[in-house]
Amino acid sequence: MATLSILGGRVIDPASATDLITDVHIEGDCIIALGTPPAGFVAERQIDATHQIVCPGLIDLSVRLREPGAEHKGTILSETRAAAANGITTLCCPPDTHPVIDTPAVAELLQQRATKSGMAKILPIAALTQGLRGEHLAEMGDLKEAGCIAVSNVYPIGNTNVLRYAMEYAANCHLPIFLHAQDPWLGRKGCAHEGAVSTRLGLSGIPEAAETIEVARNLLLIEMTGVTAHFCRLSTARAVEMVKAAQAKGLPVTADVSTHHLFLTDADIGDYHNQCHVIPPLRTQEDKKGLRAGLIEGGINAICSDHQPHEADAKLSPFALTAPGISGLDTLLPLTLKLADEMQLDLLTALGYVTHQPAQILGIPAGTLVVGRPADICIFDPHCTWTLTASKMRSSGHNSPFLGWEWRGKVSYTVVNGRVVYESVDSGFSG
Amino acid sequence: MNSIQLDRHGRLKHFLGIEGLSRTLLLEILDTASSFLSVDAQSVKKVPLLRGKTIVNLFFEPSTRTRTTFELAAKRLSADVLNFNISTSSTSKGETLIDMLRNLEAMHCDMFVVRHEAGGAALFMAQHVAPHISIINAGDGRHEHPTQAMLDMYTIRHYKGDFAPLKVAIVGDLLHSRVARSNIYALTTLGVNEVRVVGPKTLIPTGIEELGIKVFHRLKTGLADVDVIIMLRLQRERMENALIPSAHEYFQYYGLTEETLKIAHPDAIVMHPGPINRGVEIDSCVADGPRSVILPQVTNGIAVRMAVMAMTLGVVTI
Repeated sequence: MATLSILGGRVIDPASATDLITDVHIEGDCIIALGTPPAGFVAERQIDATHQIVCPGLIDLSVRLREPGAEHKGTILSETRAAAANGITTLCCPPDTHPVIDTPAVAELLQQRATKSGMAKILPIAALTQGLRGEHLAEMGDLKEAGCIAVSNVYPIGNTNVLRYAMEYAANCHLPIFLHAQDPWLGRKGCAHEGAVSTRLGLSGIPEAAETIEVARNLLLIEMTGVTAHFCRLSTARAVEMVKAAQAKGLPVTADVSTHHLFLTDADIGDYHNQCHVIPPLRTQEDKKGLRAGLIEGGINAICSDHQPHEADAKLSPFALTAPGISGLDTLLPLTLKLADEMQLDLLTALGYVTHQPAQILGIPAGTLVVGRPADICIFDPHCTWTLTASKMRSSGHNSPFLGWEWRGKVSYTVVNGRVVYESVDSGFSG
Repeated sequence: MNSIQLDRHGRLKHFLGIEGLSRTLLLEILDTASSFLSVDAQSVKKVPLLRGKTIVNLFFEPSTRTRTTFELAAKRLSADVLNFNISTSSTSKGETLIDMLRNLEAMHCDMFVVRHEAGGAALFMAQHVAPHISIINAGDGRHEHPTQAMLDMYTIRHYKGDFAPLKVAIVGDLLHSRVARSNIYALTTLGVNEVRVVGPKTLIPTGIEELGIKVFHRLKTGLADVDVIIMLRLQRERMENALIPSAHEYFQYYGLTEETLKIAHPDAIVMHPGPINRGVEIDSCVADGPRSVILPQVTNGIAVRMAVMAMTLGVVTI
């Protein structure tokens, strides 16, 4: 079995509240010791992690790989590689691929290709209804057996009866449901937050209520059905308050926020900045504050990239006609570290939002550096400053509103299942 | 937007929107238009300012009146004119706006007059077009329709003289109106006393008061003492989208009649960007009445468009 020691790094493991300078020893695909190695253990490879941070590999709750169906935007190989280069070792793939992940075949294809690429691990999220049409339930039991970690419909379900049964059936399968809170009708053709900015630019608006109404309807159904639920990409301060209140009541709900909603507002659209076209839309300064507060005070549990890579042409149109979405893999860690700086969070807390917390939401034994767990590790230099440019992006999609932003913190090694899959020193892949 | 629509000397390079343009520049457009108005009255209705230039009308939305007045304006400046009426279906067949732009550039044209259903389309084209080509916005989605606003300002100045004391009401479907947005920017920049918008809540967009105007939901209060009334066209499809119950009820509450006109200042003028819906937003006897300046607006539109074309192509400087 292959062996690896990571020596002298500052080991930060939010799950076990560990923050100390120590060594990590790996045998095969598992962590076998922290600190002193077992007697006689000499690793085949040693990484000097002095002045670097060693943390669990990041877990990203939403990554569009674009395969199958839109390989001109990205592939399983290109995007799992990009993930690995950015310290992300596990990622969830929403079911809106083409074909949709509503059959075991598609779920298995994703995992097989991920295994073949040998980079970040893929956890497919199954469709809640067949074809995501919101009419007939998908074969959730079979999809779970095929490796799906949760169910989601991505698009709004108009028929409340279908939604209720879908939740009950998901609960019956012990599958968490991932909810995208958008009312089926309010702001349906919108492309920006309904407010002074959308009015000035003449863009169709998506009101705050499009999210809060759906959160309210979902919370009542969650209470009724007992399903474990996770709200994806909340964008409004009020929705955060609603989820926080539900959590205080003891409902089994969690929520995440995308990195871009923590940093940008609708004012960043300026004069039709296409890279700021996202769904749910960028909202107000108050919403941004509320989302940040939710991380500290409750209501928001995790941060994800909401990675949606696009080819350049997809953004080469007037604002409303461009494809929504941001390529986020390359900015998940930098923005999380920037957030820690701006909010004066310690790294245990900040890194928890992208490691331990998503692992808890998914119920997987990852996102931690304790002995016996898979050796999925991110090593980064917290002092290295750099500027994001399109050519530095590892994802196939260079669609980012953060080009030109300066960061501190750069990934130097990524380990998946005990194997070094990325190292920056020779800027290549050892996989 | 000004970083792209003005050149480094602060002169118009493109004409994309009123927002952000200076009062001086707006007055310069009006003065230039004034000098062109006489061309209409000559026996040979042409000046040779744009001889040898090619202007392309690129209309992605159906339009008769705006396109025709742009065409006339170009022809009176002696330019050659091409008309492209592109249904959205043909662009959805695969040709992108960029591809179309490149094709037209290859025909060595000097100016594109663009109307498109998407807000920001004119700015988008200005950002991507070859540097020697000027773009004029003939209406982009719900965003701006700057030449319409300038012809409205021309008309107001003609009848009222000074902008400063005026109270202006814009009435109707503000939500979908690019004319209204451009007019709000023009009126506030030219320094009128007060700009009001009047309409049912469903047709007044969120946060519009942040543009420096007052919102009214009742015609009777909204029109009180105003000097200028700008009526907006109500599209038939608004009823289907549940924004208002019926044309009949809309007319009852927001239609301009001889009766409601009495609420305004006795000298108030009535404007409309056309085409008018008689009996929906305006009563025939008002549209055809002594206070209506709807037809002079059309005439002024040609002079204003001549001015903007000549200024953006750099053949007139004041």
